Amino acid sequence: MSIESVAGPIPQTAMRPPLVEQLHSWVITVDHKRLGILYILYALVFLLVGGLEATIMRIQLIRPHNDFVSPQVFNRMFTMHGTTMIFFVVMPVMFGFANYLIPLMIGARDMAFPRLNAFSFWMTAFGGLLLYFSLVGGDGLYGAGSAPDVGWFAYAPLTSKTFSQGHSTDFWTLSLLISGFGSVGTAINIIATILCSRCDGMTLSKMPLLAWLNLTMGGLVILAVSPLTAAQLMLLIDRYLGGHFFDTQAGGSAVLWMHFFWVFGHPEVYVLVIPAFAFASEIIPVFSRKAIFGYPVMVAATICIGFIGMSVWAHHMFTVGMSSNANTFFVLSTMAIAVPTGIKIFNWLATMWGGQIHFETPMLFCIAFLFQFLIAGLTGIMQAAAPFDWQLTASYFVVAHFHYVIVGGILFTLFGAFYYWFPKMSGRMYNEALGRLHFWLFIIGFHLTFDFMHIPGVLGMPRRIYTYEPGRGWDIWNLIVTIGVFFQAAGVLIFIGNLVWSYFRGKLAGSDPWDGWTLEWSTTSPPPTYNFRAIPAVKSRRPLWDLKHPEDPDWHYE
Amino acid sequence: MRGSRTIVTVCWSAVGAFAETARPFLSPTNIFAPVSTPAQSIFDLSVFVLEVTALIFVLVFGLLVYAVVKFRKRRTGDGQEPAQVYGSSQLELAWTVIPVLIVVVLFLASARVIASIQNAAQPSNAIEVTVIGHQFWWEYRYPSLGVVTANELHIPVSDPVHPTPTYLTLLSADTDHSFWVPRLAGKTDLIPNHPNSMWMDPHETGLFLGQCAQYCGTQHAMMLLRVYVQTRDEFDRWIHQQRQRAQVTDTVSEGQKIFQRTACITCHAVGGTVANGRFGPDLTHLMSRDTIASGAAPNTPANLRHWIQDPDAIKPGSKMPAMGLSDPELNSVTAYLETLR
Amino acid sequence: MSAPSAVMAQSDIRWNLPARGPVGMSCLIAAEVAIFTIFVVAYIFYIGKSLAGPQPHDVLHPPIFLTSCLLSSSLTIHIAVRFLRGGTMMSFALWWVLTMVLGAVFLAGTIREWRHLIYEDGLTIQTNLFGTTYYSLVGLHAFHVIVGLLALGTVLAFTLRGEVRKEHAERADVLSMYWHFVDVVWVVVFLVVYVIGR
Repeated sequence: MSIESVAGPIPQTAMRPPLVEQLHSWVITVDHKRLGILYILYALVFLLVGGLEATIMRIQLIRPHNDFVSPQVFNRMFTMHGTTMIFFVVMPVMFGFANYLIPLMIGARDMAFPRLNAFSFWMTAFGGLLLYFSLVGGDGLYGAGSAPDVGWFAYAPLTSKTFSQGHSTDFWTLSLLISGFGSVGTAINIIATILCSRCDGMTLSKMPLLAWLNLTMGGLVILAVSPLTAAQLMLLIDRYLGGHFFDTQAGGSAVLWMHFFWVFGHPEVYVLVIPAFAFASEIIPVFSRKAIFGYPVMVAATICIGFIGMSVWAHHMFTVGMSSNANTFFVLSTMAIAVPTGIKIFNWLATMWGGQIHFETPMLFCIAFLFQFLIAGLTGIMQAAAPFDWQLTASYFVVAHFHYVIVGGILFTLFGAFYYWFPKMSGRMYNEALGRLHFWLFIIGFHLTFDFMHIPGVLGMPRRIYTYEPGRGWDIWNLIVTIGVFFQAAGVLIFIGNLVWSYFRGKLAGSDPWDGWTLEWSTTSPPPTYNFRAIPAVKSRRPLWDLKHPEDPDWHYE
Repeated sequence: MRGSRTIVTVCWSAVGAFAETARPFLSPTNIFAPVSTPAQSIFDLSVFVLEVTALIFVLVFGLLVYAVVKFRKRRTGDGQEPAQVYGSSQLELAWTVIPVLIVVVLFLASARVIASIQNAAQPSNAIEVTVIGHQFWWEYRYPSLGVVTANELHIPVSDPVHPTPTYLTLLSADTDHSFWVPRLAGKTDLIPNHPNSMWMDPHETGLFLGQCAQYCGTQHAMMLLRVYVQTRDEFDRWIHQQRQRAQVTDTVSEGQKIFQRTACITCHAVGGTVANGRFGPDLTHLMSRDTIASGAAPNTPANLRHWIQDPDAIKPGSKMPAMGLSDPELNSVTAYLETLR
Repeated sequence: MSAPSAVMAQSDIRWNLPARGPVGMSCLIAAEVAIFTIFVVAYIFYIGKSLAGPQPHDVLHPPIFLTSCLLSSSLTIHIAVRFLRGGTMMSFALWWVLTMVLGAVFLAGTIREWRHLIYEDGLTIQTNLFGTTYYSLVGLHAFHVIVGLLALGTVLAFTLRGEVRKEHAERADVLSMYWHFVDVVWVVVFLVVYVIGR
């Protein structure tokens, strides 16, 4: 614990422990705030790496029959890009924010299991490093090494020893297996913390929506990551012990892998998006100066999404030849999940309605999220109609759809969250002008890339192809899509520059720069190691509103 | 009011008319330019879904824009917080019930089309083709017609009044693939140990393009599809020709000898000769095809020679190895293959 | 600017939240159940689908004795924790050791069964779908028994050093939750493999 965490950042000239000691304290820390920051920084590094992989792919696809990279390299790029972004960017960053914020928002001093917390982070971190070690260490006995190139969902039998010689697939399997243990560890911690460590008076119905949403996310991680773990163990048994789980020559089923993978894969996307909803649910009310509209229904809708989300997985498999009854069932469950998801959009809209909207950077990103998530949801409905999906799936339409969700939805709220909580974490305000520049550059680039990406999809362009034929009408759209990448890259670089510069030179933020209402704003920025001088007691969902408006507290109405 | 409605109708018709004529010309693989019943059913459903989602979009987008504009913080504010509204049961009920109804409607529409495509009974006059996916080419067998060929599928056109659909049985020899010719049908996967089937009944003749739509390895991108929809007469003639065995003339027997003593025959088959390998495409009527290497290059003597000399130059990572033939050997073999009409 | 204090009038609710140990262990058990479910699904899916090689009804004999050992160990661990709560350390240690012995007997019996299957019946993990799914599922369970025994052994080591007291009863109870879970999984595995699958 340093003096800085109590009294704000101190000038360079004062006494600091030696660098080695500082770094060591970060390595052995069990403090949820530090682990949260470690997760977030780790994710930012991999965001840049994953972005680089995307840029390489888009340059290759800027025109037909381009030769910027070979097909082998391209195939590794899309595999690594997907795997990195999902497992080593979005999941860690969400765990990071959850770790940092949950104890602060529920009035606790730390997570329920601090050492498990540290263990989970280092497992996840090691997994990512193992995956990237494949670039140098992947050359197996057969020389078919280097990074995995089987796609992020690694369909059988492409992953069998026959079709994936060398060790590249094993790097995929093992790195995700290991980081999966980290994910489950963090999920256990989140659930235990929320259930067992809330401060006095904070019943489940009085805790911030961020806590509810992360509780749901934790439950989904536990139920969804485990099937992936199981499937990966089976794959390892096939590859190394001569097993036949997915060995079609021995009567095994390639479709079984698909079922197991998507039983993980679909709830996984809710694992990614539900914390994004959490950010929106905290930011939008504060910047509209109104309480969230319909708290109980927001909770119910989230839990519904969690449950229904476990029953929709085979909508990723509409083309594998399931019976018409099976296909029909999954159409129903997939369309059903649109209802609670749509409800949330209406609730956020109603929160803004009649409010006084401030357009600082966090809110800019969250407003864009609302527009973009709406569109993403609608393209999702289109694909839920299975026959339409028979054309759209495995094409650039679905690539556009899920990037609309993950970038246009999740990454936008994530940027909002960064700007919103950066003052709390660092004690300093970011530069608002640079924040807005980031926003405008990024939104232009996002729409150039992902709006126009839908078009090659409906014109017949499949995904995961390293090149394409001229004369299919795809050329101009691919060019526009690639141009958008550079705007996004510029935005992200400005974002990182802003964070770094502001950390050292930003204006002091104080404990409550946004006039917020949840408990994290009641302590210093950054908080002391012990979080609160005294554990608070609360009477409503917005304890700081009650303090600031003693004549009209929330608990009169809840 | 009347005036604006007219304008809307005119605009909508103009857009529709443009779309109608532009559709096929935007791309030969445009999913919105169906020529076959499955693709048409999908298209009709998609139009309905697009109309519904467009409506939802306009409504919600409009409300969002309105909210962002109308409720922005005014500079002349009095510093008071706005009225805190915690919820409204009626509103929340309404915006739950209406989406549920929309979901029911879309679900029923989809279920109908699923059944009509998947459960369509195969008529007795259907053409049957077995499609076997390989890394990275397509094998086609017409079991009842005694034809084995590769990479270019020929099927007869179907008269909507008296349909003669083609039914495909989809198998795989190695990894997962997917058969996608957008103007003819939605895609269906080829999965080893998991036979699938699909059908199409194009009512227009012509060449229809597509490609493999399930990542199957290095050259997934160049596993292209070419479907030739022909009149019944043309189709019958093609079948007749494909059933012939290869003819050999004296002047090229040198090429045939090289072909047979090198490893070529372990992978390739030429009907009527000792070559009966099944790992690679059947070459009996190689010259009847417009392209080689599953669409990777036009079928010209130069390309053919180049392909045999160095397949990786045309399709890097394909399963055909460079045969290490000398220049004279290459010339002979190419000349031999040129006789396989 | 000093942070506004969020401390309000002390609430009059008696604030009782669940303990973190049982909650954490329940979550871990849920995750493990999900993993086992996938292996069980694979087993059931592949029943009767082996192309060749020994079939379940040829080579499997329901391990009644081993099963009763393992299930009794749930009872013995429950009794052990009761004694720990009461503070009678000797009885606690005795019943704890008995639990471990029953678990070890189960493992020894599994090893014997596998030796017979491999060397006499010619069934390995590579032989056919039955072999793959059988050894994976039963092996995964056995692995969890081993992990459980290691945990129980650690507690035994601390007990023998005299460092375990009745205050640790809650922790021992949490560990016993894991042991009960292992037993319940065995009931499912037994039913699926030795009853339904045969």
